[in-house]
Amino acid sequence: MKRQILPLLALAFAMALTACGGQTPQAAATTAPVAADTAAPAAPADTAAPATEAPAAPAATAAPAPSTSDAAQPAAGGRLQTIISRGNLICGVNTGLPGFMNVDSAGAYTGFDVDFCKAIAAAIFDDPSKVEYRPLSSQDRFTAVQTGEVDVLIRNSTFTLSRDGSLGLDWAPTTFYDGQGMMVRKDSGINTLEDMDGATVCVQTGTTTELNLADQFKARGLTFTPVVFDSNDPTVAAYDAGQCDGFTTDKSGLVSSLSKLTNPADHKILDVTMSKEPLGPSTLSGDAQFSDAVRWIVYATFQAEEYGITSANIGDFTSSELPEIQRFLGLADNKLGDGIGLPNDFAVRVIKGVGNYAEIYDRNLGPTTPFDLPRGLNSLYTSGGLLYSPPFR
Amino acid sequence: MAVATPPQQRSSIPFYRDTRIIAIILQVVFTLVVVVGIWFLYTNMIEGLRKANLLPSLSFLSQPTGFAISESVIPYSTESSYGQAFLVGIINTLRIAITGVILATLLGTVVGIFRMSSNWLLRNLATTYVEIVRNIPLLLQLIFWFLLTKEFPRVQDSINLGGLLYLHNRGVTMAWPREGDDFGAWVPWLWVGLAAGIIFYIVRRVQFARRDRPGVAMPQAFLIAGGVVLLGMMIVRLTGGQWPLFLEIPQLNRFNFVGGSTITPSFAALLIGLVVYTATYISEIVRSGIQAVSKGQREAARALGLTNGQALRLVIFPQALRIMIPPLTSQYLNLTKNSSLAVVIAYPDLFYVGNTINNQTGQAVPVILMLMLSYLSLSLITSLMMNWYNKKIQLVER
Repeated sequence: MKRQILPLLALAFAMALTACGGQTPQAAATTAPVAADTAAPAAPADTAAPATEAPAAPAATAAPAPSTSDAAQPAAGGRLQTIISRGNLICGVNTGLPGFMNVDSAGAYTGFDVDFCKAIAAAIFDDPSKVEYRPLSSQDRFTAVQTGEVDVLIRNSTFTLSRDGSLGLDWAPTTFYDGQGMMVRKDSGINTLEDMDGATVCVQTGTTTELNLADQFKARGLTFTPVVFDSNDPTVAAYDAGQCDGFTTDKSGLVSSLSKLTNPADHKILDVTMSKEPLGPSTLSGDAQFSDAVRWIVYATFQAEEYGITSANIGDFTSSELPEIQRFLGLADNKLGDGIGLPNDFAVRVIKGVGNYAEIYDRNLGPTTPFDLPRGLNSLYTSGGLLYSPPFR
Repeated sequence: MAVATPPQQRSSIPFYRDTRIIAIILQVVFTLVVVVGIWFLYTNMIEGLRKANLLPSLSFLSQPTGFAISESVIPYSTESSYGQAFLVGIINTLRIAITGVILATLLGTVVGIFRMSSNWLLRNLATTYVEIVRNIPLLLQLIFWFLLTKEFPRVQDSINLGGLLYLHNRGVTMAWPREGDDFGAWVPWLWVGLAAGIIFYIVRRVQFARRDRPGVAMPQAFLIAGGVVLLGMMIVRLTGGQWPLFLEIPQLNRFNFVGGSTITPSFAALLIGLVVYTATYISEIVRSGIQAVSKGQREAARALGLTNGQALRLVIFPQALRIMIPPLTSQYLNLTKNSSLAVVIAYPDLFYVGNTINNQTGQAVPVILMLMLSYLSLSLITSLMMNWYNKKIQLVER
């Protein structure tokens, strides 16, 4: 009899161990180690039945969303309900792109994209720290959204028609207007793309830049050899070692990657802009309520900048008599948040949590940072940029 | 009569205690559970995909890809279809698998024999190599080899070996034979050589069969074929004034070498990693195979006056081969499947290309199914070939 109990005990032990492993990432919420997290999304992404495999993954509660939510009745518990009952937001981010997504020595996540994750968490929970980050490679990222592995993807991803359509994603407003650039060595004698005939170019796979690169060289009648990696760090490392003559990605990505090179002064970014790269958050298509919520949280950061409301001075505005400010901040009897499943004061929560768009930008990419990226297109429409929020009414 | 009693006994046993019926019921229940489980997973998946507007379809296969692939044996451009890209992936996987299997077998055999050597240094070197390499994860080793390639000089300051071979951090560029203008005149000679070799081989085999004695015809057949081809080369050179094949010397232009043949760092790192790793397992198979041959065989061979080497080559190894083939097959399968780790070091194998297609089209389910089917087919073909070979070398009783 004892012999038969032993295998049973072993089985029970194995199952307990499996369960423990599944719990860890949730317990370690924001400080979960990068290595452990990057491994997790890969597993469901590789399986044949993404939607059905999710229950085995750590995000057990995330999986039922597609099956329980009904597009016709968004209020009846969609993704937003799942997030609220789970108690945190699962946000897909880059594996490391200075200025956009960084893990500091204390294990805290910072960056432009990370701040928008925090903004969503702030709007839902009134606590910007209630985010679980999932660093994703450019190859895993859309599968992670499709399978429900992450609630929202904020990973410097370009909004395109095919990604909106055939990839089954919904796109929130663009948070960063970018364009594809090319970095080369100063001593290479390259000044324009035309000088690069026959060159080897480092690029990330699964990106729009991979496709634009081929288009741009073809349009100019040039040949090139691609060297393609699945995340940013190996791509930069290969370029740095001289395995490529050029390195192409979004210009913001080039600027932030400069800091990873052994000798940044030896490199330059060509003037040419090869494409339009509007970067923004995306969610799984078919859940209108949650998509709307993300959309208006992004708009709230634009609108706050337009009104001049910052995290520092928001106290002055809560007693405002202006009807439009009252509506925006959900004061008095305004029930704007109801329609998108958020509390009426969600804009207040966002501004208190992460600040308005200008604050987010300056904190991560502005003049006080090593990047010092000019706002350019990423200014309000009132100052010649493209940021424009529809009215909050 | 005694025959009448069993039916009475059988009817007295209730069906739920009849082991034969229980066995059937259990099998039916098990099948049902499996079928229902798969059906649930399938409908759940389709439901989820339908909600996300991602219903599986194969129409993407004929659309142009728009992305470039760094190395391809067959013609491929950004205008090629996704189907063509998939084919490029399959061929790249085959390329690494076939070279890998051959090299791993050679290295593994040598190391396996070294492990039983009477030479202290050889034996211990081989043992250290096997014990270290097979106990480190393959993925780590691949990354290690790939990082090593970065340490080579830049293309502009390549290590030059006689102007024929250049080592740099974008790979190894070497001089390579190319077709000359008179290549067309030489092609018939290739066919004639091939035919001569085959005819010679068949004739010799028939002779052997008539005499009922074994014999070797293959090396001579190769010699004859090679001789005819070389003769053809001379004649083309004398009549046309040009060699049909010439050695193309690589030239460094502005960015890269042009001409010759270049092995990319990704391919080199993947090949070295897979070969070095798999060879450790093959060496253990070789060692166990040789040790499984009874000691008396070696002693008998020595008694006949064969040297140690001859005894190994002519007596021990052929017998060991019969024991080695089945486990070798699974190592070949492992090598092929492990080649999918290429994705981390940027070698465009089947899995890598499949991932990119999946990423650009969003058709995860069909692409993953196609990937699984492709790997399954590769494995089954390898198994079939090895089983055939296994049968061929089994002991034939006369």
